[in-house]
Amino acid sequence: MSFSRFSDGGLIDRSRRIGFTFDGKRFEGFAGDTLASALLANGVSLMGRSFKYHRPRGLLSGGASEPNALVTIGDGATREPNLRASMVALREGLRTESQNRWPSLGLDVGAVNSALSPFLGAGFYYKTFMWPAALWEKLYEPLIRKAAGLGRASHAPDPQEYEKRWAHCDVLVIGSGPAGLMAALTAARAGARVVLCDENSGFGGRLNKDRVEIGDADGPGFAASVVAELESNPNVRLLANSTVFGTYDSGVYGAVERRDGAGSGPAQRVWRIVAKRCVLAAGAEERPLVFGGNDRPGVMTASLMRGLANAQAVRPGDHVAVFATGSSGHETARDLLARGLAVTLVDARAEIPTAELAASEGARLLAGHVVADALGGKAASGIEAVNRASGERLRIGVDALAVAGGWNPVVHLACHRGDRPVWNAESGMFLPPKERDGLMVAGSAAGILDLAGCLASGAVQGARAVSDLGFKPQKADAVAVREACGGSTGFSTLWHVAEAKGKAFVDFQNDVTVADLGLAVREGYGHVELAKRYTTTGMATDQGKLSNVNAIGILAENRGLAPDQVGTTTFRPFYTPVSIGALAGEHRGAHYRPVRRSALHGWAEKHGAVFIEAGAWMRASHFPRDGEPGWKEACDRETLAVRAGVGISDASTLGKIDLSGKDAARFLDLIYTGKMSTLGIGKARYGLMLREDGLLMDDGTVSRLGENHYLITTTTAAAGEAMAHMEFCAQALWPELDVRLASVTDQWAQITVAGPASREVLKRVVDADISEAAMPFLAVREVKLHSGLAARLFRISFSGELAFELAVPARHGEAVADAIVEAGQPFGITPYGLEALNVLRIEKGFITHAEIDGRTTPGDLGLGKMVSGKKDDFIGRVMLSREGLQRVDREQLVGLVPLNPAQRVLAGGHLLEPGAVPSMANDQGHVTSSCWSPHLKSTIALAMLKRGRERHGEVLTVWDPLRGIETEVRVCSPVFLEAPEDESIAAVREHAPVAARDGGAPDLLEGLTVSASDRVSLTQLPDAAVCLIAGPVAKDVAVRRAAKTGDGTLRPVQPGQALAVGEAGEGFAALAARLGASADLSLCDLSDARVRFALSGPEAREIIATQSAVDTDAKLFKAGASAPTLFGHVPVQLTRLGKDEFEIMAFSTYARDLAESLSRSIRLLA
Amino acid sequence: MASLITCPHCGVRPKEEFTIRGDAGPVRPAPEAKFAAWDAYVHLRDNRRGRMAEHWQHSGGCRRWLVVERDTFTHEVHGVTDAADHARARAAKPAKARSSKAAKPATAAKTARKPGAGRGKA
Repeated sequence: MSFSRFSDGGLIDRSRRIGFTFDGKRFEGFAGDTLASALLANGVSLMGRSFKYHRPRGLLSGGASEPNALVTIGDGATREPNLRASMVALREGLRTESQNRWPSLGLDVGAVNSALSPFLGAGFYYKTFMWPAALWEKLYEPLIRKAAGLGRASHAPDPQEYEKRWAHCDVLVIGSGPAGLMAALTAARAGARVVLCDENSGFGGRLNKDRVEIGDADGPGFAASVVAELESNPNVRLLANSTVFGTYDSGVYGAVERRDGAGSGPAQRVWRIVAKRCVLAAGAEERPLVFGGNDRPGVMTASLMRGLANAQAVRPGDHVAVFATGSSGHETARDLLARGLAVTLVDARAEIPTAELAASEGARLLAGHVVADALGGKAASGIEAVNRASGERLRIGVDALAVAGGWNPVVHLACHRGDRPVWNAESGMFLPPKERDGLMVAGSAAGILDLAGCLASGAVQGARAVSDLGFKPQKADAVAVREACGGSTGFSTLWHVAEAKGKAFVDFQNDVTVADLGLAVREGYGHVELAKRYTTTGMATDQGKLSNVNAIGILAENRGLAPDQVGTTTFRPFYTPVSIGALAGEHRGAHYRPVRRSALHGWAEKHGAVFIEAGAWMRASHFPRDGEPGWKEACDRETLAVRAGVGISDASTLGKIDLSGKDAARFLDLIYTGKMSTLGIGKARYGLMLREDGLLMDDGTVSRLGENHYLITTTTAAAGEAMAHMEFCAQALWPELDVRLASVTDQWAQITVAGPASREVLKRVVDADISEAAMPFLAVREVKLHSGLAARLFRISFSGELAFELAVPARHGEAVADAIVEAGQPFGITPYGLEALNVLRIEKGFITHAEIDGRTTPGDLGLGKMVSGKKDDFIGRVMLSREGLQRVDREQLVGLVPLNPAQRVLAGGHLLEPGAVPSMANDQGHVTSSCWSPHLKSTIALAMLKRGRERHGEVLTVWDPLRGIETEVRVCSPVFLEAPEDESIAAVREHAPVAARDGGAPDLLEGLTVSASDRVSLTQLPDAAVCLIAGPVAKDVAVRRAAKTGDGTLRPVQPGQALAVGEAGEGFAALAARLGASADLSLCDLSDARVRFALSGPEAREIIATQSAVDTDAKLFKAGASAPTLFGHVPVQLTRLGKDEFEIMAFSTYARDLAESLSRSIRLLA
Repeated sequence: MASLITCPHCGVRPKEEFTIRGDAGPVRPAPEAKFAAWDAYVHLRDNRRGRMAEHWQHSGGCRRWLVVERDTFTHEVHGVTDAADHARARAAKPAKARSSKAAKPATAAKTARKPGAGRGKA
């Protein structure tokens, strides 16, 4: 008789039938079944094949530790391999498959490995396949990989969605068995915030599996009443199907919530739980016994067999054997006898406590016996028992065999911070290490095995946890407990049965036997870490949850040591495997990192731009027109148009930093190589920033806008680095200086108008005198446009042509760019992208980060004159004077032109003298940038060449082995095009002025899910003036007072900086005037640099928790509270407007990205 | 998963909100300091096991530079101060720790180190 279902009883709902398939065959189970219990109830005990020998395997431990019953679920892109059948709740239509078998589970050709086992022992691949070595990669390894293994992953992109969320609590309780429930209840009743996680689909742990009485209730009844009370407590979060997989620094725990079959929302959710205290009540694993054939289907732990019988009414057959060394076997015998089964109880102990004997009364008892071998093929059909005293052997036919070898407390999460469990010889268990970091262990995880003890231990640890935090826990009511064997829980230790004849498995998943461990010791690999690697014990996906303690015991026996002298291997996260998708959460694909969109993104799109990623930005690469086959044709046309007439491009991505404070000029002198303090108001200057080691960090311009007011630009690539560097200088190096820095990159749309006709075009848009006399090179003016809009005009050029950059508040960017295009129509104005920009700058020998590569000095790039010799200090000054950085044979910037102009030269190629052998010694330098110059009709390149400035005219070879190109080039000046004599084109006739239309802020929520019924909704708040008030740190009180004057809410950024928001309809100037800030505070307009969203509804906090680690508990983050934080990867200012209403103020260039993230979380909630 | 840092301005935040620069021990020498002092400041760093003060920026929050004193082995955080306060406090130390001799700023940096830990002669 095989496994079947009892006709009555259990916690399953027999009115709800659930259909599923296993290996294509249809089965039915009930609500309350796991896949494993449903298969057994259908008589399927063969569930998988083992890793190496392909031995038939069935359910062994039935929990998170299950090593055998691994299945693949689903198909196509959502196919998920290696799931433990015991952890998969049954659901309608579930499609499951066995693994590691061919052609079928019943007939597996790979089982021949079992016959070959003499050659496949521990370390076989180190020995057998050593020779010839060449065959290893091509033949042996692929063969072994194919024969051994687990399920196969889907190689299709995963269409499922995943989410990450933060949770904050006073006490995290891990495990909801008797100890966990009592700990959670005690903590919750004291008023603490509690999170209770259980890896199973329901709460109660062994209370649902063992026949016990607690007061008037049975186990499931007691569990249900506690869970009901916890559910009704708003301070408690119950997480079922949630495995806590790791204990991390600072009381942070990782958990994965599996939501298979939930119907909506993410497939899995990774929780990062910040807990002040943790009660680990993870229970204990029943220790398997190691004897011959102990892996046959039908052999399982005693606690699993009785749990299946009690909870899922799984009937293991007519006659069952129990092999025990302790009370658990007697308890299982009791429960099966009560169900009318015949039980043969083989107990290794000669003397058995009377309470246990009383429990198992009615079983055929073989005391002082062991099971030497389980008999049978694809299912156990009998046992061979041995009388330990006489050596007499007897064979008994049985349908299944339960084994009870004692208990292994689940101490993993208490050991993830580096501690090791402690061997307790008296109880025969590894117990948790000393408490640390607020993690306490309760119940059987702490080695307390009786129910009364577990309940009490949970209550005690729960009370301790909250008392530590200042709560006053109530004393738990005493309840009468009735449990099996009268609470006797002892067991004797039996590492393995020496009388075994067949293979005796220690690690089931990796097919490691007692013999393998013996071999490891004999061959000198007896150390626990070596034995692990030599035999692979404990290295499978179950990480030795069942096997490690037995392996240690067997190693100890072999080496004549005690288990604590052998010791354990290191415990590390993850406790159970977690899929990469769950860990990545939403940060994959297009959201792998945030996308930054310039204020002119829409404008460029309108003109057909092709975008490329440039750091976080999407930048227009080129603007193809009909008939242009590729980017190069567009690039050539755009380049020629700029030099011949006029072009327009987007410079908004350049870093823009607003600098103010009375020491601003002195600060600039310290961070730039040049003397910036002499710069006049209304003037701009090009500057170089060094690192402290004397090498170039970044270049850019400094414009002086007022007495103590400057605007700094950085390159796009180094904007973040440059800002952090300046902040470091201001805060950590020279805190005595009064300087205030604010990023205004998002505030301004910056439009470059370049080319000889640029002045004529801008004249039509700008209502100011911009003639050469009024607006010479490097002039900076605050101007008005014909539309009345205030703007900033810069006479700077990165193309070498007459050029202007016009900065307008971001929301007006597109409208003003449109106006410029309209004004430029008579001049054939051409939008140009990054590719053309690159050609324009290479033709003029202007540098970018291709040249500022962390190895170059100003002198190397021909910019030595920009290093002031008059200043006594600036960053990098001393180190720049180092001999090595001043040597005459350093590589210097040169130009290169191939002798054959059509030949390619690419960045990265190395320079060699003609005929020289490519070698480090012969290396003359390398190419940094190259392009096709449509003006010179030749390839041109910039390069760093040893003593380059002396070598103009020399012919060298560019050696580019990566692309297989060698090109003869002539060295020349890096300036390929000289400045034209008359740089501007005057209009033939006057053109009428063009007034830009009014710009408006875009709808950033367009096309997005913004609400989940009445639970949460996301809106974009109306535009309002935003002012950054900045002063010295000492003026923080005044700054905050002024900031609060805005709309009544203080939004502090840092000491000495806060944001003020205007009332509805109030412009920046009106707001600034109303703030009443004293003259020594700086007011910076960020109205266009920020976008505000409102998130409201009872679940707004949950959405915030998917993005930010800020604890929004109402007691900690009250209405009116405000803080800067990271949302996903994007910085925001988070403000609580009301009980269920939050304001999220984002940088405007990140706002759409952020809106998409928030929308996704809302959609997953819906 | 996360380490939590208590920003003196923003409160408890995960390490993902921060950017780490490195050892906060070395003090920038005076402009006229000897070259050896500059060399030590720019190039020489201890790789300490144990307690160490580092410059971290709360780049995902207030953007202040902080000095995080933590244990490189246990990850325990002993204290977090604003870098400006840290610099001022260090500058206010008794004169003998700083001194008129040019090479001394490096020595001042050294006082935060365990003597002789993991490096050769400066």
